[in-house]
Amino acid sequence: MTYSGERILLSSQREGQVSRFRTWVFLVVPLLAILFQVYIPMFFPFLSFLEMPLLVVVYFAIMRRNQISGLTVGALVGLAQDSLSKNPLGMFGIVNTLVGYFAASVGVRLDVEHGLIRLLLGFFFYLFHQFLYWVMARALLGQQMAFDLPRTAVLAALNAVVGVALFHMLDKLKERT
Amino acid sequence: MESLLNRYRNITVLLLVIMAQLVLLAVSAKNDQDVRFIRIWTVTAVTPVARIIEGMRGGGSGFFHNYILLHDTNAENRRLHAELDRMKMENVFLKNELNTSERAKALQVFQQHTPSRTVAATIIATGAGSNSKVVFVDRGTVSGVQRGMGVVTPDGIVGKVTAAYPTASQVLLITDPDFAAGVVTEKGQVHGTLKGQGTPECKVDYVAFEEKVEPGEWVYTSGDDRIFPRGFRVGIVKVVRPGQPFKEILVEPSGMERGLEDVLILIEGVHQRIPDAPSGMQPIYIASPPPGSESKPADAAAPASLGTEADRLRTQYQTLGEEQKHTYGDNPPGAKPVDFTRLGNPAAAGQSPAAGKNPASPAVAPPNPGTGNNPPSPAIAPAIAPPAAPPATPPKTGTGGAGGTPGNPSGPPSPTKSAPPPAAAPAKNPPDAARRLNPSAGPSAGGQLR
Repeated sequence: MTYSGERILLSSQREGQVSRFRTWVFLVVPLLAILFQVYIPMFFPFLSFLEMPLLVVVYFAIMRRNQISGLTVGALVGLAQDSLSKNPLGMFGIVNTLVGYFAASVGVRLDVEHGLIRLLLGFFFYLFHQFLYWVMARALLGQQMAFDLPRTAVLAALNAVVGVALFHMLDKLKERT
Repeated sequence: MESLLNRYRNITVLLLVIMAQLVLLAVSAKNDQDVRFIRIWTVTAVTPVARIIEGMRGGGSGFFHNYILLHDTNAENRRLHAELDRMKMENVFLKNELNTSERAKALQVFQQHTPSRTVAATIIATGAGSNSKVVFVDRGTVSGVQRGMGVVTPDGIVGKVTAAYPTASQVLLITDPDFAAGVVTEKGQVHGTLKGQGTPECKVDYVAFEEKVEPGEWVYTSGDDRIFPRGFRVGIVKVVRPGQPFKEILVEPSGMERGLEDVLILIEGVHQRIPDAPSGMQPIYIASPPPGSESKPADAAAPASLGTEADRLRTQYQTLGEEQKHTYGDNPPGAKPVDFTRLGNPAAAGQSPAAGKNPASPAVAPPNPGTGNNPPSPAIAPAIAPPAAPPATPPKTGTGGAGGTPGNPSGPPSPTKSAPPPAAAPAKNPPDAARRLNPSAGPSAGGQLR
């Protein structure tokens, strides 16, 4: 199957090359993403739509192509988000855990170096993240939250675009093999 | 079993993690107390970095504002300068408006008070030529302006109309080299011709070197040029240099001192009096006489009717005629003429009763400055006293003339050096003599003046 002359699906997991990062990258990048989410909107409120922790989780998950690593990163980042929010611990944790797991699962099958795949993954996982959080808030916390699909779709597109650029920058942090 | 766990390791881990978080969530939601250490760890991990970033941001922001954004300061400085310039321009504009208003008011006041008929005009253009001092005003023949009319301001003359068009006129300024006008100085009434030089100062020509003109003296129009009526200000004498045959006098025109925007065109000029010099306007104080002084005040002097020499002469002749029973003008043939040799000799006259009746009369006390019996201070009083009234009984003047002719060919001694000779027909027509000596004496009661 070809798409624009390039393959976007991998025939086997062996074709996918696992990206490796230094340890500090796994610490600093999520931390900076969380800081970005809690700090930048203070000065630029219009940037509050960006879910930088989610994008970082997606990136590490799809690049590591390992579900356990993905869900671990998702769980830690999600718990950190919960810790800095008014929500009970576990809401973002569960959501990001699932995002990390599924992103890693998709990354095994797709050529995640492709820009379009990254754009689609970013768009999809943002929608998944928002929808899952909405479901959990309604189901577990009993909160009557509204889910505005068009608005969420637009925000998902914006996050996907930003995600493509972010992923490109994070690619610089990969270890050369 | 082990292979099963290995096969489903990922999903197992996922489920464990999810389950753990669900428990965490359930505990937190149920007890409203979450596991505090997780938050502590997270906050402890995040806040120092946030503090560092905030510090960097604050410092960077301060550096940015204090150094980098000085560019904006420069821009703001330029904007403030531009605004200041605009305000200055506005201020100048408002000052000009105020000056224009004041000039218009001054022009209106001057126009109302000057006897000449004028029309106000505004200068709308200047003439071509570097050395040409010509302007155009917005009044022309439609407004009654004609060529040759003078142009003035409340401060002085400005120029003259050299060409009149229907809606505008060309005015030659007094600083133009082709301009000339007759002028007269304030103090010495020295006449001259004002000429422009193309410079801010004008010169007054044709003033003889022996004439006295001083710097600071005002110069007025003399009216000789038939353009400017007499009495309009021209300027102040700035420089006076001796010369042969004429002085070199430079005058600073006063008409254009406050700019030249609105002027008055003299449609119909009326000559005016040239103001006296300021020094001549000073009043003179005369102190009162000391107490016990023998000199009498002026009102105690001779009657006002004898205030002039002619009146005194007439009184003397009248007294002499009464003494000799002679009526002037009634001289039948063979009548004895009056003996005029006794005139001016009171002793010979035998202390006439008229003299006793009027001790202050000059006939009894002839005006002789050398004697001590002078009437009281004629030098002080008569000059201030009003003109004397005509005598109550004027002598009748004869038409024959022979009766009035003195018999003595040498004539009577003149009582004063300024008195006319009695032979000059004092009896024939004394009032005429009196009129010649004092025109302000008024006509005689007989109305026989010519």
